[in-house]
Amino acid sequence: MQTFDLEQNDLRTLNATLHAQKTNTNQTAWNIINPRGSHAIAVGLDAPIEVTVNGSTGYYCAGMNQQATVNVKGSVGPGVAENMMSGTVIIDGDASQYAGATGHGGLLVIKGNASSRCGISMKGIDIVVHGNIGHMSAFMAQSGTLVVCGDAGEALGDSLYEAQLFVRGSVKSLGADCIEKEMRPEHLAHLTELLTQAGSDAKPEEFTRYGSARQLYNFDVDNAGAY
Amino acid sequence: MCGIVGLFLKDKTLEPHLGEMLTEMLVTMTDRGPDSAGIAIYGNEVNTQKKLTVQSDNGTEDFVTLAADLSAAIGVDVSLNRKDTHAVLHIPSNSIDTARSALRELRPELRVMSAGDTIEIYKEVGLPSDVAARFDVRKMSGTHGIGHTRMATESAVTTMGAHPFSTGPDQCLVHNGSLSNHNSLRRELRREGIHIETENDTEVGAAYLTWKMQQGSTLGEALDSSLEDLDGFFTFVVGTKDGFGVVRDPIACKPAVMAETDQYVAFGSEYRALVNLPGIDQARVWEPEPATVYFWNH
Repeated sequence: MQTFDLEQNDLRTLNATLHAQKTNTNQTAWNIINPRGSHAIAVGLDAPIEVTVNGSTGYYCAGMNQQATVNVKGSVGPGVAENMMSGTVIIDGDASQYAGATGHGGLLVIKGNASSRCGISMKGIDIVVHGNIGHMSAFMAQSGTLVVCGDAGEALGDSLYEAQLFVRGSVKSLGADCIEKEMRPEHLAHLTELLTQAGSDAKPEEFTRYGSARQLYNFDVDNAGAY
Repeated sequence: MCGIVGLFLKDKTLEPHLGEMLTEMLVTMTDRGPDSAGIAIYGNEVNTQKKLTVQSDNGTEDFVTLAADLSAAIGVDVSLNRKDTHAVLHIPSNSIDTARSALRELRPELRVMSAGDTIEIYKEVGLPSDVAARFDVRKMSGTHGIGHTRMATESAVTTMGAHPFSTGPDQCLVHNGSLSNHNSLRRELRREGIHIETENDTEVGAAYLTWKMQQGSTLGEALDSSLEDLDGFFTFVVGTKDGFGVVRDPIACKPAVMAETDQYVAFGSEYRALVNLPGIDQARVWEPEPATVYFWNH
């Protein structure tokens, strides 16, 4: 286990050190201490390493992650795991706005609550939130899965494309073109798998599935010429 | 961007350290807005006296005989405590209105930063660390305080464009965001007789709350109605003589973190601003909900 103290060394050195780890590195476990709300911790990683952040972070923690597993033992500021490609990011506390925004792949687990715009424009990432999410979540979400074990705020899934949304609690309101959908066996299987991966004991059958009604202008082939 | 910090103390033993704690919080937020900074401190009340904080770019000339000139003009004792470009005048409560009119005659170029029983506002162009040092904010004690570091959008980088804004006795407001209906609202508030000094959007927000409270609203009610009447982006932190409030617009894209312990309630634009507070690891830390009013009273 390598320990990196952000009070003794600066952020650039931390990220450069983590970037220097190759796919076959034998320094696979990293422990970051004294994050003190700093921004851009463990951003742009591309190796199968395990990074533990002991405390809360600021903006953009674990952004653009590939392969790595990042576990924050606290809460995170805006834009956690933004544009993640693969790997796993686990937040023990809460996440601020636009968690997992534009993510292409990998798994983001938030054990507390996420605030507004969670999964906005997601493009393949899977996000599991143990608590609640705020307004405008999954806005223009293109693909991937957003699982919410608590409640969702206003305008869930507005202008949604092909992402799948599962919410166990209440939804304050659905966004434009987002509708409740039938839960078929393949959805239950997928949800069960994600809940297991995310360490949640929520029962899959208690969830409701939401998705795109595909009624907006951009879904009508007669409008294809406009693009 | 702009950075906001606020600290409302519940534990009296922390009061001598308010200035120091608030300065540390504010300096941490420097990179959210390095063009000007300001701080409102709610200090000790002196019975039967009001505080008037004034600013001059030429303090050496303007302040040197100000207390004596004002005393002579209104016939009561006035004392003055100068801090760089600012000075706090201590005026007997029943003479505050005559003192303010006399001041307009004696020193028309002076700008009034704040007036009230306990509030003092210090603000200038420059980095938070420099502004705090100029006014010796670290040494100030008080019950609660609010700080702001500005990245200007809606009006020029000037002393009067810096936050906090005070538009009523012991009231102040700081803002991260931008209001889009401030011109029309400024016209309406001026018609209602509310004095608005600048073309700044935030001052209109402050004046709006003052107007609501003049009409009998509590701070909480005034903040509630701001959600209906103000258009734009805002995270506001406001202070009154014994209160401290927070509200975010319904979109809530301007960041906010709060922490509460038995000793204090703290606000920061980012968690970084809170990390040096005592017992922060055990504090309840949360992001204030959109369109929700939070306030605390002593």
